[in-house]
Amino acid sequence: MVQSEPALSAPSEATILETRDLRARYGEIEAVRGVDLTVPRGAIVALLGANGSGKTSTLRAITGTIKTTGTVAFAGKTLHHRCPEDAAQLGIAHVPEGRGTLSSLTVWENLMLGAYIERSGARVRQRCERVAAYFPWISDRKHQPAGTLSGGEQQMLAIARALMLEPQLLLLDEPSLGLGPKIVHDIFALLRTINERDGISILVAEQNATVALAVAHHAYVLETGRVAVSGLSADLVQNDQVRRSYLGY
Amino acid sequence: MHDLAQQIVNGLATGSIFASVALALVLIYRAMGIINFAQGEMAMFTTYIAWQLVTLGFPIWAAFAITIVVAFVGGVALERIVIRPVERAPELTLVIVTLGLFITFNGLAGWFWGYIVKPFPTPFPTSPIQIGGVGFSAQDIGIIVVSLVTLGLITLFFQKTKLGLAMKAAALYPEQSRVLGIRVGWMLALGWGLAAVVGAVAGIMIAPVVFLDPNMMQSVIVYAFASAVLGGIESPIGAVVGGLILGVVLNLLGTYVDAIGNELRLAAALAIIVVVLMVRPSGLFGRAKVQRV
Repeated sequence: MVQSEPALSAPSEATILETRDLRARYGEIEAVRGVDLTVPRGAIVALLGANGSGKTSTLRAITGTIKTTGTVAFAGKTLHHRCPEDAAQLGIAHVPEGRGTLSSLTVWENLMLGAYIERSGARVRQRCERVAAYFPWISDRKHQPAGTLSGGEQQMLAIARALMLEPQLLLLDEPSLGLGPKIVHDIFALLRTINERDGISILVAEQNATVALAVAHHAYVLETGRVAVSGLSADLVQNDQVRRSYLGY
Repeated sequence: MHDLAQQIVNGLATGSIFASVALALVLIYRAMGIINFAQGEMAMFTTYIAWQLVTLGFPIWAAFAITIVVAFVGGVALERIVIRPVERAPELTLVIVTLGLFITFNGLAGWFWGYIVKPFPTPFPTSPIQIGGVGFSAQDIGIIVVSLVTLGLITLFFQKTKLGLAMKAAALYPEQSRVLGIRVGWMLALGWGLAAVVGAVAGIMIAPVVFLDPNMMQSVIVYAFASAVLGGIESPIGAVVGGLILGVVLNLLGTYVDAIGNELRLAAALAIIVVVLMVRPSGLFGRAKVQRV
């Protein structure tokens, strides 16, 4: 097959997110150096890599939090001038690095702001109920400042808040950061449930490759801002290079 | 005793003016981390607009309502046109810009309306109100009621509406808020609009007492700053309580302590700023941040 230009493939119902030659820089340092990745609709895709490999920057480049070049297409439409506010409007929920907790606001206020762009009160209430089904503890603690929750609870709240947007695509940045193995396991199990039950596509940046590969359908491994390896999770687990560098066995 | 009660009510009246301007300062401080030195001059300018409307024949309360709308639109426009280009500049730059606005509004008011002191009609009855056998100035009571209603409405807006909540989030956590789809820039503009409204109410309320001239708010802004520091510069409730306390304390000191009198009231306010910053820098209502990581 002839190698075509690095253009986007035809708009397809099967692809929720596609990036081509995505680049981002902080001053002199180019953090993302031409990343091509595809998130099939309804899939969980893991973005693996060591600290500083460009995972966070790739997510930020997708939502337009940082200045970028290259193309990003969401649900078949190319996004030309990206900014985080617009990404939310389109249905991309981004749980940023550090979980984006509004710490001095209450748990309830955090949730409500997750549905900020939804004007219909009835729909907001509906979403509240759905979220409460996933996180029953939230209703007991809704008047507590979000900053007083434990790290794991804050991560759960961040996911709950993202669900309040009723997104088509959920971007998560390092959900395991600073959490114990039990909670990390719970969170990834929850992501799989959300993906299967609500059909939300997920792109999750994660250092903990073992746990991410266990739930993701596809994975990309980043090294210094480029895709080093990519493929089905099941294949990557067998890949010697990935095993040595990221799985440790 | 009657005298004391009257002095306290009188102090609460000036205190509620300090409280309003202090709240305006806090609204902008929370959103931008700077003191808007032009807040008092903005209030003065809008008060002149009210005076102009009254002079044109509008009834005082109609002039009041129109001025509120003008202040809101003006505050939003000021943020979009003057502050927005330097939004991300260092704090010192922003402070200099607000000082520039201070001079601009003061100069414009002098240019349009002159520096001669003008009387301003009071919207309240002139006969005293009898409560429990003590006669209180209707003007004082009116100032207190109007100011507290304004402050109450602002509080309700922040506590009960989604827009108010989003403004709070945008002020405290701009980056995280953008991710949720909140247009942080517009929230900031809305904050300037609200601050201008609160300032306009304060200006119109105090104008019949201090009379109208381009420098009428210059001591008020110092008292407001002292109130905000006393209550906690990040706390809207603190600003209000701080203003009321300051109004009463300064009035009682001025009345009963001969050494202070009216001349040293401003100095007493400055002393309060210094003492609070030394003893309790977060103010009465400022809290140390609670956070688990």
